[in-house]
Amino acid sequence: MAPKPAIDQYRHPVNDPMIDPVTGEFAVIAPGHNFTSVTRKIANVVLTSHTPLGWFMGLVVAGGIASMGVVAITWLVLKGVGIWGVTIPGAWGFAIVNFVWWIGIGHAGTLISAILLLFKQSWRNSINRFAEAMTIFAVVCAGLFPVLHIGRPWLGYWLLPLPNTMNIWPQFRSPLCWDVFAVSTYATISVVFWYIGMIPDFGTLRDKAQLPFAKWFYGLLSLGWRGSTRHWMRYETASLLLAGLSTPLVLSVHTVISFDFAVAALPGWHTTVFPPYFVAGAIYSGFAMVLTLAIPIRKFYHMEDLVTLRHLDNMGKVMLGTGLIVAYGYGLEVFMAWYSASHWEWFMMWNRMFGPMGWGYWLLILFNIALPLGSLWWRRLRTNVAYLFAISIVINIGMWFERFVIVVTSLYRDFLPSSWGTYRATKWDYMLYIGTMGIFTSLFLLFVRLAPMIPMNEIKMMLPQTKFDHVDAEETMQETM
Amino acid sequence: MPVQEGLYGLLAEFNTPQAMVKATQAARSAGFRRMECYTPYPVEEAATALDVHRTRVPLLTLMGGICGLITAFLMQTWMSAISYPINVAGRPLFSWPAFIIPAYEWTILFAGLSAAFSMLALNGLPQPYHPLFNAPNFRVGATDDKFFLCLEATDPKFSLVDTRNLLEDFRAVSVVEVDL
Repeated sequence: MAPKPAIDQYRHPVNDPMIDPVTGEFAVIAPGHNFTSVTRKIANVVLTSHTPLGWFMGLVVAGGIASMGVVAITWLVLKGVGIWGVTIPGAWGFAIVNFVWWIGIGHAGTLISAILLLFKQSWRNSINRFAEAMTIFAVVCAGLFPVLHIGRPWLGYWLLPLPNTMNIWPQFRSPLCWDVFAVSTYATISVVFWYIGMIPDFGTLRDKAQLPFAKWFYGLLSLGWRGSTRHWMRYETASLLLAGLSTPLVLSVHTVISFDFAVAALPGWHTTVFPPYFVAGAIYSGFAMVLTLAIPIRKFYHMEDLVTLRHLDNMGKVMLGTGLIVAYGYGLEVFMAWYSASHWEWFMMWNRMFGPMGWGYWLLILFNIALPLGSLWWRRLRTNVAYLFAISIVINIGMWFERFVIVVTSLYRDFLPSSWGTYRATKWDYMLYIGTMGIFTSLFLLFVRLAPMIPMNEIKMMLPQTKFDHVDAEETMQETM
Repeated sequence: MPVQEGLYGLLAEFNTPQAMVKATQAARSAGFRRMECYTPYPVEEAATALDVHRTRVPLLTLMGGICGLITAFLMQTWMSAISYPINVAGRPLFSWPAFIIPAYEWTILFAGLSAAFSMLALNGLPQPYHPLFNAPNFRVGATDDKFFLCLEATDPKFSLVDTRNLLEDFRAVSVVEVDL
C-alpha cells in the first residue's frame, strides 16, 4: 500500500501533475519533458536572436549601479582609504563586513554543486549551474574589498609569495595570509568546476547555434566535446573528485575567515564557536541569495517546470536548518560571555545589545532569527513564492547586520575607555557596497544570456527515458513523445 | 599533417540509450574492441558494455594533491625559516602548525587543477577537429537527444558489409559511413 500523501489534499488535489502521487512531494521536473524539449528550453534562452527587453532594462539598471561603484573605487584610489569611515578603533568597518557578506553568499553555490552532489540530492541539478555562477560573481565582489582596503591596491601582489627586490616573504603565521591562500584557491577551484561543468552544454550550444559567430564562440568553449562514453566516464570521475575537494575547501574558507576574528584576543571575536557558526551563516545567507536570484529568473524565463516548488521548498528547509545553527551560535556567544566570567566579554555583550549600536543587534535577531525561523516551519509558507522571495531578502539584510555587529560592536569599545570611539560609514562606503551589488547583478545577467543557466545533460539524466529497468524502452520513448 | 583519406568507421544512430547499449553489447561479443558510444549525457550502462569504467583521473588527482601539500609546506618553511628568518613575537621560525593551513589550501588547489586538467588531457581535449563531425547526423543529435555507436575501421573485425548488417539488426535509425 502506498503511504499516505504528506500534503493537504484540499489545496493540492491528487490529480495535480506537479505532485508525485506516491510520496506526495512536488515533482523535481514537470512531467512531459523529453531530451529535445529540455535542450530546446534551456538552449533557446541563450541562442535566441530576440533578447527580451526586460533583460536590457535589467542590465542598464545594474550597469548604472555598477558604474557608481566604479566611481567610488576611482575616488578611493585617488584619495586613499581616508574617504571611508574606517578609523581607530573601528579599523575594519564596511570593507570587512562586505567582504565576509559576499564570500558567505558564495558558499551556497559550492554547497549545492559539491556537497549535495556527494549526498546524491539530484534535485540540485536544476539550480547548481546558476548557484555556481553566483559563487564566482560573489567572490569577485568579495575580493574587491580587501584589495582596496590594503590602501595601495596596485601593490596587492605583495600578498602573494612572489620573489621581490626586498627579499621578504608573506607572514605565514597570520590568519590574513591564510585568507589569501583560502580565497584564491576557492576562486580558482570554483571557476574550474563551473567551466568543466559547462563543457558538454557548450557542445550542445555549438551544435544548435545558427549564427556563425555563435558556432565559433561555443565551438571554442566546448573544446571539441563530442559526448564519447570514455570521455563521459573521466568527466564524471573528475566532477565527483572536484566535488569531493570543494567540500572541505568551502568549509575551510569560511573557517579561515572566522580565524581572522577568532585568532585576535578581542572580546567578541575570541571564541571557538566562530568557525562552525560562520560556515552555517554563510550557507544560510547563500541559500537566501540563491532564492533571491532563482525566483525572478524562473518567472522571467518561465522555468517553473525545471525549477519547481520542490526546489524552493527544499531550499527553505536548508535555510531553516542552517538558520537554527546560526541561532545556536548567537545563543552560545551570549552564554560564553557570561560563563567566561570575563568582565570585558560581559561588557562587550551588554554594549552589543544595549549600547549606542544596540539597534543593529536587535535588527539582526529580528531578520535572521525571529522572522525566518518563526515562519519557515510551515510548508504553506515555504511553497509560497512571494513569501520566500521576501524572506530571502530579509535574511540577506540580517546576515549583513550579523557581520556589521561582529566587526563594529567588538571594535569600537574595547578594553580601555579612553580609547573608545565610534564608527560611521561615509557615502563612499555606501556607494561602493551598493556598487558591488550592481557589478554582481550585471555579471549575472550576462551569464544568463551567454551560458546555459541550467545544466542540460544533468536534467536529461533525471528523465524517465534514461531508466534501463523499464519493460520496453522504445515504448516509454513513444509515450513521452 | 598530411591529408588522410579513407573510412573512419560506421556510425549507427539510435533513438534510445537502451537500443544503443544492446547493439554495443552485441558488437562487443562479436569481437569488436575499437568502438565508442556517443551520448548526450553519461550512460553508465554503455560504459559497462564498453568496459571503460577505469580511469587514471583519481590517481593523477592524488598525485597533484600530494605535490601541492609538499610544495606549500616546503615553500613556507624555506621562506620563514631559511630565506629570510624574522622573529615575530618570539614565535619559532619553523611554526609548522600555522603552515598547515596554507598547505591544506594548496593541497586542494593542486588536486582540483589536476583532476580538471588530467581529465581534459586524457580525453585529448581541446580537439577542434574530429572525423565524426563530418557525419551529417552526428552534430544534429549527439549532444541533444540521439545515441550513437561508432564501430571504427581500424578494428580487425571490421568489414563494410558485415558490420553494417550487424548494426542494422538493432533498430538503428540510420547507419552511415564516416570519412576521415
